[in-house]
Amino acid sequence: MSMTSTGIASRLAEIAGAANVSSDPSQVAPYQIDGKTPAAVARPGSSEEVAEIVKFAAAERLAIIPAGARTKLGIGMPPRQYDLALDMTRLDRVLAYDSGDLTLSVESGITLRKLAGVLSEHGQFIPLAVPFMDQATVGGTIASGVDSPLRQLYGTARDYLLGIEFVTSDGVAKKSGGRVVKNVAGYDIHKLMVGALGTLGVITKINLRTFPMPRMTRTYVARFRWANGACEFRHAIARSHLRPQSIEIIAARDSSLLRLDDRPGSLFENGRWSVLVSAAGEVEVLNRYRRELETLARGADQNALESFTELGDADESRLTSYVREFPALAAKASQPAAILKISALPKSFAGLAEGIHSVAMRHDIPWAVMMRGVGVTYLALTAQDQSAESLRHLKDACASALRCCVEGMWGRGVMPWCPAEFKREMNVWGETSGDFALMQKLKNVFDPHGTFAPGRFVGDL
Amino acid sequence: MPANETQQRTAIDSRLLRDLKKLLGKDGVLHTPEDLLLYEYDGSVEVARPDCVVFPRTAENVVGIVQLANRHKVPLVGRGAGTGLSGGAIARHGGIITSFARMNRIVELDADNQRARVQPGVVNADLSLAVEHLGLHYAPDPSSQKACTIGGNVSENSGGPHTLAYGVTTNHVVALEVVLPSGELMHLGSAALDTPGYDLTGLFVGSEGTFGLVTEITVRLTRLPEAIKTLLAIYDTVDDATETVAEITARGITPAACEMLDGWTIRAVEDYVHAGFPLDCTAILLIEVDGLREVAEAEAKDVADVCRLHRAREVRVARDARERDLLWKGRKNAFGAAGRLSPSYYTQDGVIPRSKLPATLRRIGEISKKYGLQIGNVFHAGDGNLHPIILFDERNEKQFGDTIRAADEIIEFCIQVGGSITGEHGVGMEKDRLMPLYFNEADLDLMRRVRDVFNPTGLLNPGKILPDSKGCGEIYVRPQPASGAPPA
Repeated sequence: MSMTSTGIASRLAEIAGAANVSSDPSQVAPYQIDGKTPAAVARPGSSEEVAEIVKFAAAERLAIIPAGARTKLGIGMPPRQYDLALDMTRLDRVLAYDSGDLTLSVESGITLRKLAGVLSEHGQFIPLAVPFMDQATVGGTIASGVDSPLRQLYGTARDYLLGIEFVTSDGVAKKSGGRVVKNVAGYDIHKLMVGALGTLGVITKINLRTFPMPRMTRTYVARFRWANGACEFRHAIARSHLRPQSIEIIAARDSSLLRLDDRPGSLFENGRWSVLVSAAGEVEVLNRYRRELETLARGADQNALESFTELGDADESRLTSYVREFPALAAKASQPAAILKISALPKSFAGLAEGIHSVAMRHDIPWAVMMRGVGVTYLALTAQDQSAESLRHLKDACASALRCCVEGMWGRGVMPWCPAEFKREMNVWGETSGDFALMQKLKNVFDPHGTFAPGRFVGDL
Repeated sequence: MPANETQQRTAIDSRLLRDLKKLLGKDGVLHTPEDLLLYEYDGSVEVARPDCVVFPRTAENVVGIVQLANRHKVPLVGRGAGTGLSGGAIARHGGIITSFARMNRIVELDADNQRARVQPGVVNADLSLAVEHLGLHYAPDPSSQKACTIGGNVSENSGGPHTLAYGVTTNHVVALEVVLPSGELMHLGSAALDTPGYDLTGLFVGSEGTFGLVTEITVRLTRLPEAIKTLLAIYDTVDDATETVAEITARGITPAACEMLDGWTIRAVEDYVHAGFPLDCTAILLIEVDGLREVAEAEAKDVADVCRLHRAREVRVARDARERDLLWKGRKNAFGAAGRLSPSYYTQDGVIPRSKLPATLRRIGEISKKYGLQIGNVFHAGDGNLHPIILFDERNEKQFGDTIRAADEIIEFCIQVGGSITGEHGVGMEKDRLMPLYFNEADLDLMRRVRDVFNPTGLLNPGKILPDSKGCGEIYVRPQPASGAPPA
């Protein structure tokens, strides 16, 4: 970077207007990533402005990181270079909404909350019950690849993302896909953008499928004395005809998350394994869920089952929000914490649970775990206190856990959230796989000079 | 075939044939003109002769074939059952067709994790049959599912009637083993979810054989529903039928399938299949709901109410599996039936927003009148995926020209109302000329460069999907008698 902050800011002001650009340290501080602060922040008001800014940045060899509500900037490795934060939140319009077709097109900076408001007028929603839901933008949600408990029934964003418009490093907007529910015209480039952490381009428009909002939901909690019962219960549901919208196995030991809900008989009870199952439908259907889930829970492991409860409305909304925000709650806890995401299929849940328990025991570290029924596990490890020694403990525990993933005992693992200093010694993405060369070549097609978020993604992409 | 394509063809080298036979055995290579005849076609209207057809049995065989093709600089095209509808499995510039007919093993069934690992030549319906006793199925169900292969489905990102509720191929594929045109064997994705890194599996599915040859596929298996209700709603006007579909969608009912047949198609089908469709009506909807018993029953009632609200003359519910199968047989054989009535027909695959269904069908009616062409409609109404069948006599030159113009007007209308040029059949060598209507040059250029990451020398399936940068608009699709393979 040869230009000064003020030089950058004044050129950006010509593109986006002075009011939407700043190089003031107090203004750029919120865009810090792992201790790196950009020289300037710009808030473009149109995809044309985004394209102009990208063109300028690429020409000056400046590195850009697009940001939405800045809730997930900690995901990934520290950027190699970071000159310019592109705040997308002014791009927050609904461009088209055909409620009769259940499809819509939005600008990427729109918040999930604003969008939910528009959709709810038509009794519709998008099943992105993701962490930081009250602040997060649609673009940030797609780019960070965070998932939702509702994936049990609806799949992930990849399954209902219909098309995307994005600006590549040549400063030209391009599109992939469309706005119809079925489409095989051209390559599915938009799928590459999901979870790519902004390393391929700046997403400006997003087309999504919408879904009818269920009129009624119920949530049931089966609490087991040990992991095996909980896992067996999950398997029994999968073998049944029931189609719940979410199945989450949750357990914690000594974790600060326990304090969220410390009443007797609650979801988070030290050392217990709870399974939270949510279903949608009419009364008759929900009654059947209650009946059959209870039978399945008893059949799974009679000795392990402590309780089976249908949650009341208030408890349902509170616990659903805990489950949704699990990674966020752990990341925001008062003690330093790290969260691992482990891809292991359901059949190995019981073994994984045992493995997690033994690593946590060995390192004497508080932990909490959430296993999505489809086969994704979030493990939160927390330091005992703020001391340097506890932090070192935590780091060792993380390293052990990641090693279990690399050695194939747990399934592939990444560490989406952890204290920034850990990243000096650990790669949060784990090791690259045999197809990494293809990823590098693709990155090179979209962004040959490393303009977008260089170094943040898998294998230093 | 345009002259430039003839020039690009390479006569097959006797040394290449010898090397291929050495690799695959004598029975692994076909090269006589009689043998090749069968491989000039797929389910589309295109024709091109390959120089030879090879039958690998292992991924190592495929690597060997790719290496030989590279050494001899001969184009390479993958092929499943050849039921595709856009020329994806045709050797447009000649060369070697790699048939996966002998790589048809189900390698692993993992019922607990609801996964299956299969070779590309496994027939779609065979996989569902193999897991039925476990209470599972493979959800994507192209109409050609009794013949088409999972490998072909992956290449085309195939759909089918039940993808309305269950999603298309890409929603069910989690990992791939592929051989790249460089000869490298590569694993993309994993049986477990959310593989870190770019979603190469998602990019690869639907790349129409232009990225690599697929040698193994890991798919998700889906629990069979407890109950299925199949409804037949009978209408006196097309408008009533399309408005029913729009309202079902708008009310938030998601049937497992929602298909429409118009009067002409019904009569063609009934004469052939005897599905029990009434001959004097103007449109029918074939709607299926499934799930828990209580859910299927309630939704069937809601659907029937909407049908009646939009003046369905009659709503029948299939009483048993036999009646249900017969209704579906009528639907899935509609294209075969059309083939019996007209010397030639041309089918399109445009998609529109469901809310635009009534207007689009009216527009197709106007276009039919304008050119004096019979256009039959049988399509996936629930997801707005049209399949207008334009009948013509190819000996009549004016009619032939009109057919192309009518087809183009329909596609232009689809794009105008916010739709797409193809919902499930693929671009192939048939719709590449339409791509510039839908994508601009920057979009297409990016796609070209993405393709070059996998297939830099154009060895694999040349002349597909992307219009040649300079030749665009010159390539002229000549509709010809279809082979009779039923489209999805």
